[in-house]
This record gives sequence, structure tokens and C-alpha cells, in this order.
Amino acid sequence: MTEFLGAVSGGVGLGAVYTLLALGFVIIYKSMQVISFAQPAFMFAGALLVTYLTPQIGFFLGVVVAAIGIAAVGLVVERLAIRPMVGKPVFVIAIITIGIDVIVRTIGGAFVGRDPRQIGDPWGNQTFDLAGVTIYQRHVAAVVVTTLLVLALLAFFRWTPIGLAMRASALDQEAAMAQGVSVGSVFAISWALAGALATVAGVFAATNTGGSMDRNLWLVALAALPVIILGGLDSLGGAVLGGLIIGVLQQLVAVYHRDWFPFLDTNLREITPYLVMLVVLLVRPHGLFGTKEVERV
Amino acid sequence: MLAVQNLEVVYDDVVLALRGVSLEVPDGKIVALLGANGGGKSTLLRALSGLLDIHNGEIRKGVVTLDGASIGQLKASAFARRGIKHVLEGRRVFKELSAEENLRVGAHANRKNLAANLDRVYELFPVLKDRRDGQAGLLSGGEQQMLAIGRALMSDPRYLLLDEPSLGLAPKIVEQIRDIVVEINRQGTGILLVEQNATMALAIADHGYVVENGRVVMDRPAAELRNDADVREFYLGLGAEGDAAKSFRSVKHYRRRKRWAS
Repeated sequence: MTEFLGAVSGGVGLGAVYTLLALGFVIIYKSMQVISFAQPAFMFAGALLVTYLTPQIGFFLGVVVAAIGIAAVGLVVERLAIRPMVGKPVFVIAIITIGIDVIVRTIGGAFVGRDPRQIGDPWGNQTFDLAGVTIYQRHVAAVVVTTLLVLALLAFFRWTPIGLAMRASALDQEAAMAQGVSVGSVFAISWALAGALATVAGVFAATNTGGSMDRNLWLVALAALPVIILGGLDSLGGAVLGGLIIGVLQQLVAVYHRDWFPFLDTNLREITPYLVMLVVLLVRPHGLFGTKEVERV
Repeated sequence: MLAVQNLEVVYDDVVLALRGVSLEVPDGKIVALLGANGGGKSTLLRALSGLLDIHNGEIRKGVVTLDGASIGQLKASAFARRGIKHVLEGRRVFKELSAEENLRVGAHANRKNLAANLDRVYELFPVLKDRRDGQAGLLSGGEQQMLAIGRALMSDPRYLLLDEPSLGLAPKIVEQIRDIVVEINRQGTGILLVEQNATMALAIADHGYVVENGRVVMDRPAAELRNDADVREFYLGLGAEGDAAKSFRSVKHYRRRKRWAS
């Protein structure tokens, strides 16, 4: 039982990372009906920026500054590469985001060097006991921060004029334009938000592996695709729940792999999200909370 | 004054929707725009509110002017900020937002008097006040139309462009909408009213235009249009003598004139 609960707590910590990434995907999807494949690169670049900032200004301030920095990168990328393509088929824009992903990762990769870089988080591998279950501090931190960010996002979309305008624009773009909503700024803000969220996700993806990052950190972000398929492409709530489900499931498979699949040598952990995605696409292609008519790229 | 001169609009570089239209909406007046489907009425409204762009439409010739300054090249948000609000055909409320959230979005272009405008809209449409927290998609058709008009009023517009506000509504509701349009106009907003329901439109308008195939074929004070034999026959459904609707038996052999004599 303690083993199970330990796996769940680790899974929730992992799920928090997926949730943050998936929220970025969903926000961009809702505003422009495009899946941005540049999210992994933003996450990678964000974590990398933190590794450079932490020695200078400390970890927490570093994360905030990096999030703002990557949000700015998102703004620039949207303005230069995406905005001129508005009106083109979504497939074209999706391909461009793949290009952006490769470019950002290549540039970032040059700053990583040969050895893993330390993110400099205060949690490391420290644990505490809760009713006999060993829980990592970093997982608690990830869950707390993610919860706060999700609540902040909800408040943003509910009460601020621009958040309301973004929701309106997602429902009916032309009607929103007729109210004076600038669709361009809606696109820009969604990219900035996605960039900031990806940065925080990148930080926790790095702490989850013990506090260091290398060039392959971005691979974690690919699991966010199964998350949004599971939760529904256009549902923020689906991103949160989907992230938790995939995270917990993946951690359970990692822990119980040897008992469940003794005949397999390699751990199924890595492909669990994609197996879930396959099942979801077969059984319920619009996901848990997605809109049924949603067109897929 | 909001006006267009010799406006030519092309969709997708191919379809010529307006062929040299001139029209004026003076401050504080109601102008009716009549015409059959596909005549270019909605296109004209889009040109007046900057919404041609997302329909792949483009102004080829002519100008859209506000107080003499050309504004045709601006973005939709700039039109709304300058006080030109377009109420789209088919109501187009934000279905998953609450009624009040819809109204708040309507104030996006001008948030100065948000609270006062909210009160004003609730005064004009008391039914919206009762259902302010309900999802807009669950309102009835008439209530949605009221919400769409109220939403446009939230930013204190100088001109309101109404695209078929009576579409698909019961006669009782149409009367209500008509009275509300008159009331909004009385409070100082200039109105361009596009309507299939010509009787209703001409009853309240000061001036009327008839467009056909992308051209303005009639441009007269509403009172004259109401008495024009052709308009009575084609748009008001009255016989040439003026009293009763004609029997369908005589419609059978009736052939429409191809062009208006203008």
C-alpha cells in the first residue's frame, strides 16, 4: 500500500508537469485552432534559462524572470512566424511550429554543453514521511505551484477583460472582432501564456529527475500530446485532469512494471501515455471534455 | 457622418459583391437598407465595420469615411473603438458565456461607462437582467437578439449597424425589437438597419436605400419609398392598388422586372 501511495504521489508530481504543458497547448489551440508543436522547445529553453539565472539571482526569482523571458520569446515568435500565416490552413501553421521547435531547440542546445546543467532547486532528493509514505518535496512543490497557476488562470479567464475577450474569441471570432476585440493580441497573449507555463513545466521536469537537465529534456513534453488528446483539445479542465491521469498512470507502470509484465525487459513507462492516447483515439476521439466537432490536425 | 462612396468590394479576388455603392448614415438618424438575398447588404455592413478581412473580402475602389476621414483600411477593433458597432446577422451571441459576460465583452472597445451602460441595457431589456447569470445559448431567439443588440450598445456606439434583427422571430417580438430600435435611436445613436421585413424597416426609418446585385437602385426618404409603387409591390407585398396582398393566382404569371428604372 505504501508503495502504491508513493507511486501515486510521484505520479501527481509528474502529472503537474504534464498539466502545465497541456494548458499551454490548449490555450493556443482555443485561440487559433492550431496545435503548437513548439511547446517542447519553449519548455527546454525555459529550463535552460533558469540554469543560467539561478547562480546570478537565485532559483525562485530566476524561474519568474525565465518565465517572463520565454513569454517574450513566445510573443516574438508569434508575431514573426505565426501572424503572417493567419488564414492559411492550420496544417501549414502546425508545420511551421515544428520548424520553430527545431530552431529554438538547436539554438538552446548550443548553450547546454556536454554535461547536464544544474537547475539549482532547493528540493533536490529530500523526502518526508506522511503516514509511512515517502514523499518527495519536489513533487509537493510542483503540485502546489501548478495548483496556484491553474487558479490564477481561472481567475484571469473569468474576471479580466482580456481573459474574457479570449474566451469570447475562442467561441466566435467574428463576433468578438465586432465587439472590438483585437484577435492579434488574443493570439499574442495565448503564445506568451503558453511560453510562461512551459517554462515552469520545464523547471519541474528537471527537478523531477533530480535537479539537472540535458539536451533531451524536451522529450518529456511529448507526453503532453497524449494528455491533451485524453483531456480534450479545447478543454482547460481536461488538460488538468488528463495531466494527472497520465502522470499517475505512468508512475504506477514504472513501479509495478516488474510485477505486471515480467516477460518484458524494457520498462513500459515511456510508452504508457501513447498507449493511452491510442485507446482514447479509438474509443472517444474527442477526449474526456473536448468538443465533439473539433477538427483535428 | 458615416458614409461610403463608389464602394467596390471583391471576395476571394473573384466575386464582385458591391459595384460602386454610395450611402450615407447621418448622426442620429435611422437608415433602412433593403434588398433581396445576395444583393450585397451584409457585404456593405462588413465594409462599414472592418469585417471584410476575415471573409477574404477586399475594398477595390471607393472609400469608407467617418466624418470625411477615410477609415476603410482600419482593423475591426479600430472601427469598434471609433463608435461603429455591427450586430451580426444570426445574433451570434457567445453561447457558453453568461448573458452578463456577453455584455462585458461588448464593452471591450470602450470600458469607461461600463456600469452605467450595463444599467442602461438592463433597462432597455429587463428580461436580460432576470437571466444575467444564465448561459446565453439557452436564451430564446428573441432574447438572444436583444442580448446581441445590448452587447453592441455596451461601448456607447455612435452608429449601430443592425443586420436583420427580425430574422426568424415571432411577429410580437419583431414589434418589440422595432420599438427598441426606435428607443436606441431616440437616445442618440445613428442606425443602419438591414431588413427583409421592409414594412417594419420603412415604418421607422428616415431614409431608405434599395440594393440589388451590388448596386444601389433607389435612394430616397423612407416616406417616398413607402409610397413607391415598385417598393410596395416587391417589398411590402401590397398590390399595385395598395390595399390587400395580391392573390397567389395572379403571382403565378407575374414576371419580375429585371432591373429597377433608376
